[in-house]
Amino acid sequence: MNAKRIDKIATGVLYGVAALVVIILVALLGFILIEGVPKISWHFLTSPALAFEAGGGIGIQLFNSFYLLFLALLISLPISLGAGIYLNEYAPQNTVTGLIRTTIEILSSLPSVVVGLFGYLFFVVQFKLGFSILSGSFALTVFNLPILTRSIEEALANISNDQREAGYALGLSRWETVTKIVVPAALPSIITGVVLSAGRIFGEAAALIYTAGQSAPALDFSDWNPFNISSPLSPLRPAETLAVHIWKINSEGIMPDAKAVSAGSSAVLIIAVLLFNFLARWLGKRLYKHLTAE
Amino acid sequence: MAENSMTTDQRNIMKFDPKDHEIALSTEDLHVFYGKSEAISEGDLQFERYKISALIGPSGSGKSTYLRSLNRMNDRIATVKGKIMYRGLDINSNDIDVYEMRRHIGMVFQRPNPFAKSIYENIAFALRQRGMTKKQDLDEVVERSLRQAAMWDQVKDDLNKSALALSGGQQQRLCIARAIAIKPDILLLDEPASALDPVSTSQIEDTLLELKQNYTIIIVTHNMQQASRISDYTAFFNLGKVLEYAETGDIFTNPKVDLTNDYISGNFG
Repeated sequence: MNAKRIDKIATGVLYGVAALVVIILVALLGFILIEGVPKISWHFLTSPALAFEAGGGIGIQLFNSFYLLFLALLISLPISLGAGIYLNEYAPQNTVTGLIRTTIEILSSLPSVVVGLFGYLFFVVQFKLGFSILSGSFALTVFNLPILTRSIEEALANISNDQREAGYALGLSRWETVTKIVVPAALPSIITGVVLSAGRIFGEAAALIYTAGQSAPALDFSDWNPFNISSPLSPLRPAETLAVHIWKINSEGIMPDAKAVSAGSSAVLIIAVLLFNFLARWLGKRLYKHLTAE
Repeated sequence: MAENSMTTDQRNIMKFDPKDHEIALSTEDLHVFYGKSEAISEGDLQFERYKISALIGPSGSGKSTYLRSLNRMNDRIATVKGKIMYRGLDINSNDIDVYEMRRHIGMVFQRPNPFAKSIYENIAFALRQRGMTKKQDLDEVVERSLRQAAMWDQVKDDLNKSALALSGGQQQRLCIARAIAIKPDILLLDEPASALDPVSTSQIEDTLLELKQNYTIIIVTHNMQQASRISDYTAFFNLGKVLEYAETGDIFTNPKVDLTNDYISGNFG
């Protein structure tokens, strides 16, 4: 066989493989959306779930998902930012920082169910936080920290050393250079990383089953005092999220319309995660454009 | 190489008579090490105030390393031993506030490196960090620096545009404007035109000749025409040593050291 022929065959095979991947993805997304989207209504999105009757919604689960996401990011973002800055800007290249990097890599490949069980033993049992928003957001933080740290570290590493030297040459200190020049320049990719990790947190179930719990008690949406247990903001109430809800309905749901609720919830979840991804790209591009041209 | 090592003993380093020449910066017994390998083994030079001094030499001769040691940009990368005298102070000593010192000895790099900020902010930013907060003062410095770098007329209507949208030559001039905005005494330039086209290069050279009235300029260049066009004094580096330092005219017409002659006539490097 001559080289030209081999090249043609290889090209064909590669096209085929790529097409297969796309087909699987489109089929999966299409199935979930076609099954689920017709079930979505304002009522479905806002009313509480019903355990034994048809017509329940996912209002509380949806709220819980966003609230947990918000808290998890609130805790993990400053820590990751600090760790990323330390690792990329301050840490000397030696065995200790090498060890830290390896640890972060191992942590980031930890199965989320293990994170969930750790969260259960550590936050729920040891610290007596119970099945609660707090336990859940701590578990999500453990789950999110290594990945976010890595992505922030990479975003900073992509900023050319020329930028740092420019700062030093103007008599700026290392801290000024990092905070006022390097981090702002890396902001587009940092934000992309944050939003992408938000998508992962939003769809996470295994880490939450044993930490934030599997029940969504009725909430009083007129009470915004976080110290009242029925308040939506209460950090000590159990909070089933959308992803956990889907898992639960499919394993032990006994409402007559379980299939429909599951399909609708899945579609909402997929749409939310897709939105996070598009938002990440859009924000990253916008910011990049804003920085490079008017 | 054998030829080089035979002739490295031959050196011709000019010293200024302090009565006739004001020395802005000088190095004494300067050695620079990267790890254990010595990048600069002999670098004793004096730089006269309000003159342009060029550092030339083949790649790897240590001229950039030497330049970057002068305002201690090599602090975290290399070990610099010896004295760097500036206004009677050894700025290579540990008690020097490096950040403050760099406001007196500014630097422009080989690749243009404007910040990912607006043209205005590129200049105003460092000033604001040091307490100049009045808009009027900042406006004034921004305009003056851009005028000195000969680019005010081109960008005066686009001050809020991102500096990254400028062409390479304009970016480099913005970097020069940014460096002189904080009014340093001495300006170090590390091959500032090597990434630019001939037109931008000659504009930068004009700018430097203009700036010479107020600044002491030390420039590393690969381009020997450039050195002969703009500099008053030239130092020739080879293998980490300064072999010859003299008036630029002498270096190019009547070099005393054989290797200098070989280099400027294009026989190596």
